[in-house]
Amino acid sequence: MFSYYLKLAWLSSKRTWGMSLLMVLAIALGIGAAMTTITVNYLMSANPIPQKSDQLFYVQLDAWDPNDPYFDNGDPPDQLTYRDATALWQAKKAPRQSIATGVAGVIEPADKEALPFMAQGRANSADFFPMFDVPFLYGSGWDEQADLNKEFVVVITAEINERLFGGKDSTGQTLRLAGKDFRIAGVIKRWQPQPRFYDISTGAFQDSEEFFVPFSLMAEQILGQSGNNNCWKPTESGFKAYLDSECIWTQLWVELPTKADVEQYQSYIDAYADEQHKFGRFARTRNNKLSDVMTWLEQREVVSEDASMMMAMALMFLTVCLLNTVGLLLAKFLGKASEIGVRQALGASRRDLFLQHLVESGCIGLAGGLLGLVLAWLGLEAVKSMYGDWMAELAVLDLNMVLLAILLAIGSSILAGLYPTWRACQVQPSQQLKAQ
Amino acid sequence: MLELGPMLRALMRNKIGALLIALQIALTLTIMVNAIFMMQERNRQMARASGVDEQNTFYLSNTVFGENYPLQSALARDLDQIRKTPGVVAATQINAIPLSGGGWSMGLQTKPGDDVDGTGTAIYFVDTQGIAALGVELLAGENFSESDISWRERSSNKWPPKIIITQTLAEKLFEGDWKKALGQTVYINNHDPMQVTGIVKSLQSPWNGWDNTEHASLVPSQLENKGSRLFIRTEPGRRDALMPQIEKMLADSDKQRIIRNVKTMTETREESYREHQATNNILLTVIIVLTLVTGFGIVGLAMFSINRRTRQIGTRRALGASQWQIMRFFMLENLLISSLGVVLGIGGAIGLNIWLVSTFAMTPLTPGLLLVGCAALLLVGQLAVSYPALIAARISPATATRGRA
Repeated sequence: MFSYYLKLAWLSSKRTWGMSLLMVLAIALGIGAAMTTITVNYLMSANPIPQKSDQLFYVQLDAWDPNDPYFDNGDPPDQLTYRDATALWQAKKAPRQSIATGVAGVIEPADKEALPFMAQGRANSADFFPMFDVPFLYGSGWDEQADLNKEFVVVITAEINERLFGGKDSTGQTLRLAGKDFRIAGVIKRWQPQPRFYDISTGAFQDSEEFFVPFSLMAEQILGQSGNNNCWKPTESGFKAYLDSECIWTQLWVELPTKADVEQYQSYIDAYADEQHKFGRFARTRNNKLSDVMTWLEQREVVSEDASMMMAMALMFLTVCLLNTVGLLLAKFLGKASEIGVRQALGASRRDLFLQHLVESGCIGLAGGLLGLVLAWLGLEAVKSMYGDWMAELAVLDLNMVLLAILLAIGSSILAGLYPTWRACQVQPSQQLKAQ
Repeated sequence: MLELGPMLRALMRNKIGALLIALQIALTLTIMVNAIFMMQERNRQMARASGVDEQNTFYLSNTVFGENYPLQSALARDLDQIRKTPGVVAATQINAIPLSGGGWSMGLQTKPGDDVDGTGTAIYFVDTQGIAALGVELLAGENFSESDISWRERSSNKWPPKIIITQTLAEKLFEGDWKKALGQTVYINNHDPMQVTGIVKSLQSPWNGWDNTEHASLVPSQLENKGSRLFIRTEPGRRDALMPQIEKMLADSDKQRIIRNVKTMTETREESYREHQATNNILLTVIIVLTLVTGFGIVGLAMFSINRRTRQIGTRRALGASQWQIMRFFMLENLLISSLGVVLGIGGAIGLNIWLVSTFAMTPLTPGLLLVGCAALLLVGQLAVSYPALIAARISPATATRGRA
């Protein structure tokens, strides 16, 4: 029966090919636009570390200017002062804690022919690697002793390893970085969480770093800090004063497996802030936050306004295309009144007719959906070329999105076909036959 | 003389069809007006002048990695070499680039004190050639002299006694009158006094989306940093030839550093507004495609309804209606439906705008734009229906007497 309906749908579409083409195009355009924007939004709001996103917590304390909140809505600053982050890290009140900041440094290849180059890096403590499930190709991260002893160890990416060591296991070898010799502890595989949740202070979709060094080296002034740095209180001159200042440029993540851990840690940071308050710091009302990965990304609104605005527009656009389809289907099915009359007179039940026309709408939807996928792919390519590199990983159709597109197309066209189909089935056979 | 009666009766028989078109037009208007509005806002932002002579300027990053590197003498040597190059107008060391997205901001206030609200400004550290290299226009006061320029260490927090600010910043600090600012003392870091010795017409901050984008200050300092930037202005038309030449000259003269990120201001502007431009392109595409979809939808439905009414139209023609009267019937019918759509659309457009304003902190819609949108859509409706109406008008009166085709 189904194949017979398919045949009827094909014949009917061929007869009114102009209209059918118009409907397929309209659905395709609507689906194309909707899928382009939904994909970008979906990838922007993706969970970058689903296996443990609810166990990793970002720490925010509010030691900001008592006269002027950091964020207008009262949220505490998005980074910590060096002194607070270091104090919490040293206290070790969580099973794991990672203190970090962005750095940059010049790498000098051992091969004197090769040119030195600038690389983006991260200064972090040992727990960074196990906490964020960083995948290693060779070797591993460093241990806590390396942090405490301020050892010159480094973890590099596979890309840098390829460039400097031809892709061979380079652990134990020396890397000349920022004018110092670092021992390579490990090489990581390609690792690019999207969004780059562990540091969104310079934008949520930045490339991940090319090297990692112990955070404790920051106090030695070996590598230049690279990233946002905000100050509200005048500081004395000198690096020591800078480290003790109220400038915020450090991030702290803690791993808290259970609810009880979270509560305990929250009361610990509250107590810490209250203690500091006694020394004349933390002049604002108590405002300390622990946010798990997804809460943190939501709080800082990593999905860009443009993207969500565009998605709203695209969904309205799809609605227009569907209204268009409803109108055209209505016209088409009503135009077939006499044919429907004949079929009814020959014994087709209302149910048969209903199914027949739903199959026809569904086919148009499927055709529109497939064409829409092509348009969505083109749309994403256009988005990539217009927005530049940072969009490259956000404008990719995955299997979920392809399935969603087809379901959306068929579903919405069947929905659009419901009313016209119902109208078509209301045809009185006697009247239609008489009218001949 | 207008066939409103029969027209309305005909519409009532096909309520849903007419309503569908009206709804399409309403939604199209809703989206179109708001999209154009968003585009206008972006265009306005992009049209602002940076104050820099963008056509003839470029910059490069100088990153030192050698140990015990003579930062001060090397900078003097580099600047000297660049300034001597034929075709170079001026060159300065600078800490940040307008529109580039990264830089340094501070608060300035007219009275000292911790509890005084400062006005945010971008800080550009430059030397005596700063004004000439950027190509900004000095409105009042004077440029820094050689003796004003001091060395600033990486973690220093001392400020020199002079500062040059933009007109907009001067107006903000001194009650709307920038002329008053000259010679006055402003306070940086809450307490440190600086005297305003010059006012420049305009110079944007590194952040194009910042509320205080037009607030910038020039401070006479040279940075004793391992990472710094050099900003160079050339004679008109010589920039592109000089860029590789100067890059090579600097790179060859000293192997203890990397010269990288050599970029023109034109590129910087393009990168800075890249997202804006892309969003505008997408919005424009949406508007065009949407209008086409709606237009073709109208054509399709009109063709269908004319096909169904072939015999009636033939009968009317046989009874003496002119071709023009038939055409007018369908054009008017569409005008009626479109008007309903436009009325609904005005509501929708305002509604969507209210939502956008509250969710995305946009400014409210202007009525003029709304009216233009209405007129445009009525026109699209008329254009779309004119072809089917023409076909209808050409139906032969003889059709009335024939059977079904």
